[in-house]
Formats: sequence, C-alpha cells, structure tokens
Amino acid sequence: MSVDQSTVRKIARLARIAVTDAEVPHLQGELNAMLAFVEQLNEVDVSGVEPMTSVTPMVMKKRVDEVTDGYYAERIVGNAPLTEDHFFLVPKVVE
Amino acid sequence: MNDLTHMTLADARDALKAKKITAVELTDAHVAAVSAAAPLNAYVLETPDQARAMAAQSDKKIAAGTAGPLEGIPLGIKDLYATKGVRTTACSNILGNFVPDYESTVTSNLWRDGAVMLGKLNNDEFAMGSSNETSSFGPVVSPWAPPNWSPEKAKAALSGDKKGLLVPGGSSGGSASAVAAGLCLGATATDTGGSIRQPAAFTGTVGIKPTYGRCSRWGIVAFASSLDQAGPIARTVRDNAILLTSMAGHDPKDTTSVDLPVPDYEAAIGKSVKGMTIGIPKEYRVDGMSSEIETLWSKGAQWLKDAGAKIVDVSLPHTKYALPAYYIVAPAEASSNLARYDGVRYGIRVQGKDITDMYEKTRAAGFGAEVRRRIMIGTYVLSAGYYDAYYVRAQKIRTLIKKDFEDAYASGVDAILTPATPSPAFGIGEKSGADPVEMYLNDIFTVTVNMAGLPGLAVPAGVSAEGLPLGLQLIGRAFDEETLFSLGEVIEQAAGRTTLPKRWWV
Repeated sequence: MSVDQSTVRKIARLARIAVTDAEVPHLQGELNAMLAFVEQLNEVDVSGVEPMTSVTPMVMKKRVDEVTDGYYAERIVGNAPLTEDHFFLVPKVVE
Repeated sequence: MNDLTHMTLADARDALKAKKITAVELTDAHVAAVSAAAPLNAYVLETPDQARAMAAQSDKKIAAGTAGPLEGIPLGIKDLYATKGVRTTACSNILGNFVPDYESTVTSNLWRDGAVMLGKLNNDEFAMGSSNETSSFGPVVSPWAPPNWSPEKAKAALSGDKKGLLVPGGSSGGSASAVAAGLCLGATATDTGGSIRQPAAFTGTVGIKPTYGRCSRWGIVAFASSLDQAGPIARTVRDNAILLTSMAGHDPKDTTSVDLPVPDYEAAIGKSVKGMTIGIPKEYRVDGMSSEIETLWSKGAQWLKDAGAKIVDVSLPHTKYALPAYYIVAPAEASSNLARYDGVRYGIRVQGKDITDMYEKTRAAGFGAEVRRRIMIGTYVLSAGYYDAYYVRAQKIRTLIKKDFEDAYASGVDAILTPATPSPAFGIGEKSGADPVEMYLNDIFTVTVNMAGLPGLAVPAGVSAEGLPLGLQLIGRAFDEETLFSLGEVIEQAAGRTTLPKRWWV
C-alpha cells in the first residue's frame, strides 16, 4: 500500500501537525518508503495467532480507589505556557 | 585528573570505601573533564554545583559509615529521565525549558544509593534515532576519532562542520559517548529498539537492556511504552551489574514493573559458565554481513566454548520480520504517547486562530522531522480501515517473534549469542538520505529483543579492520540478567577490555 498527497494531508490533520504544501511531496516519499518496508509482513501466515497485548505475562495490578496524591495545583501548572488562577488557558473552544 | 576519570566504577567505589580518594576529588575531576569535552556535545546540561554538593554529602556519609552502594559515584543522566528541578527536554524543542517537579524512579534509586549527578546527556529526540543526529541540541560526536585521522584533523573538524567525525550511535548517544570519553563512570540510558546496545557497541562500552518490567518506567519520557526499558551504559560488565542492581526494582507507580526481588547482579560476575548452552541463531547471518562481523561472532562463540559452554545452532524463524513489525508498533505507540504535547500543559506554544490551529502549529514547530514522520506513520497505521491490516498484524507477528525465543529456551538454550550491530560506527551525516529505512537497519539485531521483552547485553568483543569498536550481543531468558553478566564477563576477559580513546578533543 502507498499513500497519495491528500492522504498525507489527512494523516497530518489527524496527527495535529501542520504541514506546508512544500513538505507534502517529501513526507509522501518518506511515508511510502516506510510502508514499502513493512509490506513484507504480508508474507507471514498469522492465522490463528493472537495479537500480543502484554510482553510479560502479568495480571493487571489494581489498587483501592482512593486519593493518594494531589493538592498542589501550583506545581501542576508550573510548566504551562499560559495559566490563570491554577487553570490552563487555551483559545476559546465554545461559542 | 585522567587517572580518576579513567577508573572503572567498581575501582572508584572500592577506592572511596578505602578512603584512598574522596567523592569531592572524584567529582571535581569529572566536572573538569565534562567541561573540557563540551565540543563532543555529550552533555546538554552540566550541573557542577549540584554534583559538588552531592559529592560533599557522600564524603560525609562515607566518614560516618553510612555510605550507600554507589556512594560518591559520578553519573550522567540521559535527558529522557525526569530530574526534579533540573531541565528535562528529551532533546526536543517541544518541551522547551520543562523543569520537572518530580524525580524518575530509576534516578531516585540511584540517588538513594549515593550516586552523584554530573548533568543531563544528549539523545535522539524522544529517543527516536540510531545516531544521535535527531537531537534538538545537535549531534553528539563519538570520542573515537575516524580511522587514520590525526588528532589535529579531528579537532579541527570538531570546531567546524563535524563532517567525517563518527556518530556514537543512538538514541543513547550522549550516554555512550560520555562513558567512552571518561566524562562519567556510568550513565543511565533507555532502549526501545536498540538504543542502549547499539551505541554501546559503537563506542566500545557495555550496555544492558534489562527484561521489560525490570526497571520502572515512571518519570521517563515515554516513546513506545510496551518496548521502552531503562538500563545502564558503563565501561565494564561488572560496572553494568553494579548500576543495574541499584536501578532495578518494583515500583507501584509503574503497573508494568515487576514485583520480583532484585538480585545482587555483581555476584554473577566471575561465575562459571561451564555447562551452559549457548544458541547461535542462523537467521542473524544476514545478507551482506561483513566478514569481520562473522569472524567476531565465531570468536565470541569460541571464547564461551573455551570457558566450558556448549554451542548449538538455533532457529528464530521470524527474525527478519521484527524490524518491519517494530516500525508499526513503535510509531503507533509513539503517536499516542506524544499526543500529550499540545502546547497546553507544558513546553512551547505557538498561537493559532483556534485551538486546533494552535495544536497543529505548536506540534509542527516543536517536533523535529524524524519525530513528525513517526507520529504520522503511527497515526496512519492506527487509523480506521488500516488498523487490522497494519497494527493488529504487527502485534500477531510480535507474538510469533516471542514464541521463537520461547521455543529456543525450551529446547535447553541458556542464552543466545549474536552480533550487536551490522557494522561499526558510521560518519555524521552519512545516513541522512531520503530513505529513513537505511538508518533503521542499524537495529536489525537488537530490535527482536524489545519485541520479545527479553534482556540483552552488548559487550565489546574486538575492533574492525580500521580499528573501530565492535560488539556482541547476549540475549537471555526473561529476568535472567545474571546469566548475561556471567557470560558477558567471559567475553570481556577474553577480548581484553577496550582501551579508551585518547583525548584528542581537549
């Protein structure tokens, strides 16, 4: 399989990465090189094989649902580019 | 100063314990060496004041008889590890001047045991790379000068365009370069597809990727969570064993970390390997493999045989599919993990006309080309209509790769011996062509181990015809790092420890 330029733009959109018109052909070439490389996986007979979900067999660890941490909003927002009163600020999303 | 920075970690530890040297002297010597080696670009942040303060504390503890197992040992920390109050960027512009308010579990364990932090080490951006050329801080230079270059020529290139100088490998290129150049006694590193073992092999150092779950991933910037594992790079097998003993352990904050006791790995050094069975997988004899790699591999097998091990042929039939399957699984997980870098909670932000525009501009500006490419391929293989064809198929193949190893171990093999890399180190800029796959082939021998979650140790075993380091890889059963250390020690003793490169960069 290979991707065309409109698919490259669609993937970029899904990945939330802006691409310029000039970048599209270049990215198309690189993505297609990777897709061509993984093509060989189609040679493998995978019928009846379970997809791996955990590389080390283990039972999912669970703990009691209780608050074990928190109450330091100041530290949480400490690295944010824009904040106000312990809130992260973003452009308006609801009209 | 050279004497103190060229000691092994084990010798330095013993000298500190015997009060032959002080932690402050040892740290001062390293701080000076790090500062003089700035053009190698191994460190992206030096923390000399913190290092001296930690060393002074260590001297007090040694005097009081309360020293930890790594008391006063100066280490470098890969910039993927969150260090409290010290800038952590994963060598990406998108994290900007991120200063964590917490410490990774692995580094916490090292400080608990008395180690001293010299600074943060360069790596490929988000650990995506095999040459340390994708770092936002620029490439790291290997302390190994190119063959037949005079020290003057190498030094001139270092202050110029760096062309022709060698890469240290990646993604833990800063760690490997710093260890090989005598800029720390050991370093933390991470390995998702070979990022500990390939740079170790390129620089004549020793690196182990432990079993998945052996070290906590908490506080380490995530790349591909089902493959990422922390481990050390150091100058000897023993030094690796000492570091791993401190780094490993169960952590309730990482649900994939395993609740198993941590053995004293150093006790495995020098243990007899007599009667062990070592598998040689025929599928690793790839097309176009150079004769010197073949020779090195047979030599390694012979050394283990001489030490009393039995050498048998094994088959790992799905080996050739590991790398392509990896380039589906790893980017898929990366595209998901890196979704968090959106310009809202940390890192840089580029304003846009609405929130989506802000996300897109921020991520376009913050991620480098390799990272953008991998996020996009990951997004594609997870997208509607392609998920089964790519992602699910790759995860099924991963099951088959793991089964190959299980079958080999079930047949009575204790460990598997392979080359660590298909070639010695290459030059900076040499593999930056249009086809990204050319670079990915570096990990052909190491990536299988991550796909199967097993431990792998890279140990120097000789030099190429041109005099550059070459390494062998030992692959073990899950949670049997001890066997790898015992076998690795045999290879290290037989091959003779790598002589550190001369300081042409000073």
